[in-house]
Amino acid sequence: MRVAIFPTCLGDAMFPRAPIATVRVLERLGVEVDFPSAQTCCGQMHFNTGYADDGLDLAATLVDALAGFDHVVGPSGSCVGSIRHQSADIARRRGRTSLGDAIDDLAARTFELSEFLVDVLDVTDVGASFPHSVTYHPTCHSMRMLGVGDRPVQLLRAVRGLHLRELQAADECCGFGGTFALKNAAVSSAMGADKARHVRNTGAEVLVAGDASCLLHIGGVLSRQESGVRVMHLAEVLAATDARPDVAPGADPRGAVPPMAPVPPRAAS
Amino acid sequence: MTSRSGRSEAQPPGAGHGALHHPETDFPHAAAAALADSQLRANLAHATATIRDKRAAMVGEHPSWSGLRAAGAGIKDDVLARLDTHLTELERRLQDAGATVHWAVDAADANRIVTDVVTATGAREVVKVKSMTTQEIELNEALAEAGIAAWETDLAELIVQLGDDAPSHILVPAIHRNRAEVREIFLDRMAAVGVAAPADLTDAPAELAAAARAHLREKFLTARVAVSGANFAVAETGTLSVVESEGNGRMCLTLPETLVTVVGIEKVVPTWRDLEVFLQTLPRSSTGERMNPYTSFWNGVHPGDGPQDVHVVLLDNGRTDVLADQVGRQALRCIRCSACLNVCPVYERTGGHTYGSVYPGPIGAVLTPQLRGTDSPLDKSLPFASSLCGACEEVCPVAIEIPDLLVHLRTRVADQAPRFDPQKAVFRALKTVMATGDRLAAAERGTGLARRILSRSGRVAGIPMLPSWTTTRDVPDLPEQSFRAWWEQRERVGDAGAAIDGDDSAVEDDS
Repeated sequence: MRVAIFPTCLGDAMFPRAPIATVRVLERLGVEVDFPSAQTCCGQMHFNTGYADDGLDLAATLVDALAGFDHVVGPSGSCVGSIRHQSADIARRRGRTSLGDAIDDLAARTFELSEFLVDVLDVTDVGASFPHSVTYHPTCHSMRMLGVGDRPVQLLRAVRGLHLRELQAADECCGFGGTFALKNAAVSSAMGADKARHVRNTGAEVLVAGDASCLLHIGGVLSRQESGVRVMHLAEVLAATDARPDVAPGADPRGAVPPMAPVPPRAAS
Repeated sequence: MTSRSGRSEAQPPGAGHGALHHPETDFPHAAAAALADSQLRANLAHATATIRDKRAAMVGEHPSWSGLRAAGAGIKDDVLARLDTHLTELERRLQDAGATVHWAVDAADANRIVTDVVTATGAREVVKVKSMTTQEIELNEALAEAGIAAWETDLAELIVQLGDDAPSHILVPAIHRNRAEVREIFLDRMAAVGVAAPADLTDAPAELAAAARAHLREKFLTARVAVSGANFAVAETGTLSVVESEGNGRMCLTLPETLVTVVGIEKVVPTWRDLEVFLQTLPRSSTGERMNPYTSFWNGVHPGDGPQDVHVVLLDNGRTDVLADQVGRQALRCIRCSACLNVCPVYERTGGHTYGSVYPGPIGAVLTPQLRGTDSPLDKSLPFASSLCGACEEVCPVAIEIPDLLVHLRTRVADQAPRFDPQKAVFRALKTVMATGDRLAAAERGTGLARRILSRSGRVAGIPMLPSWTTTRDVPDLPEQSFRAWWEQRERVGDAGAAIDGDDSAVEDDS
């Protein structure tokens, strides 16, 4: 089984903790992961700003880079959603039919992390340990475009020591929305303020989500509010173990998990 | 105690569209004002949450909602594919039943037809059933210019009209008003245009409704002409239908001598059987009810029973342009339920006036730029007035893929942009950087420098180019190492973390 990681351009450049953690989780589960370094971006940012042709050029690069892999795994509901439910239609509308077919072929092999773990590897307990209180925000594209359902929650519930707290109005958008966050900054901020309020009300230490982009936005609001709540990608929580709580050396120190209190040893080990 | 003041000379208060934002103001600027209005925010948050919950319960209990949704979309797509056939059949059946059928190319055409019909009767006032189509063409304003007073009889439309305001919601036009505001409007404005509100009126819903009832009853009993829209037009029998909740529509459709109905051409359905689907999906989606309270049907003239002079105006007003776009035409499936408004986080925070059209919210953001074009700053900005969260598509009873349409229209706006557009240049540059993995790697190495310049104490509080982000949000510290660099280093010298991970045999422990 040849598995490629698709870190996404944002994960690669701005939020490497998420793809690094993804690699660690997959390798821990015995998956051999490759990173085809010719890949860059799915094109969604361009599509959603109206630059269909530029976005398709990027999608074409991605298709070529990921050719030949049995599975492609990305730690992003949004970018995987664009590959699976957006770019092929746009390619056909712009008359690039063969690219549309190639994207369909890639889409059939591409999975968001929680889908790959639960559906392909058939695992919900990935052997993680994370003794913290956590609340989970289901990002819009993972929930509505991909329909990942409760897979991320199944995975989180199997993490040792993790206390999952329910988030009010969880299914409401955080207000990121790509360039929406810049073009409609005031509305985006109002939505972010409400999401941050709901997060704070849970009393959780950590907000977890499956999209780095949404976490940059909500995390930016929580940080500005000096809320004391930190944000982590789902992959980071799943990668955390007793031996190695912080999965991404060299990454943002503020995102690193602080030294942990001793936790009870796992059963029978 | 009621009083009357010169009913025959009375004119409705305002033009009615003054509160809508001007097309020269783009959505983000219009939204900023709405966001700062805490009364508006509170009214909308409360009202949308209430309707949202009612809808969710009614849809949730239905045993085959997804089937109904697919059927509704299928019927509408079939209608749109053969619109000409259905419309000519509708025209023939209506004429057979004694109605006069008019075709209107645009708003001015429709307004002229309706004005001529009303003028020919000699009436100087008309009563109106709540109608999005007549709001769209600004019929009230056109009638006022001809010296004809048009009285809205739907409670919320009455509130909007008396308040010299504009509708801000498809189903609940006065959703931006609360009870206290309604009371003030009734006390201040009713007396000048008919039966006054009682001086001791409180904001109790029953009292407000009673004041409206007394005010409207006089209009119903004196009007000789009524104007309506239609929710459906059944081609096989030439039957028009209005669904409403207050009974005001039934009064308007039955009492006056003359009835003029303005119908968008996309409202035609081939058969009665098609109504089976929509009469289930519309009330559950719009008011959160299992069944609609007042559902009226009429076709033509029936001697001694109801209006004896029946006119139907079939309106295009941009709809055939929408139809010509194979992607955009989905928007014509819309049955005006307003479920997409109630779930939209943007609508909930900005209200309807911000959208500068009688069609606000997500459906407005895809319909208005198609009906009016994307020339004005507002219409250009509407397709961007969404985070593409998809809540609208999820609740749409005719499965309109609104986020997909928004992106499609964004592409149209970008395609129309001038050759040298700063944003286009930025995205072109971004594409160039991301054209190959090697170029992206080089750019990522450059962020190390940016990090040292921008970062203070682990987070970035201000980026010169992006104040629209950093006014309300921090930017996390740029990482020391990109994923790509980490991977390369690992390939070269091995992973410091890998050994530890290798020892961590949790999975084996569990199996």
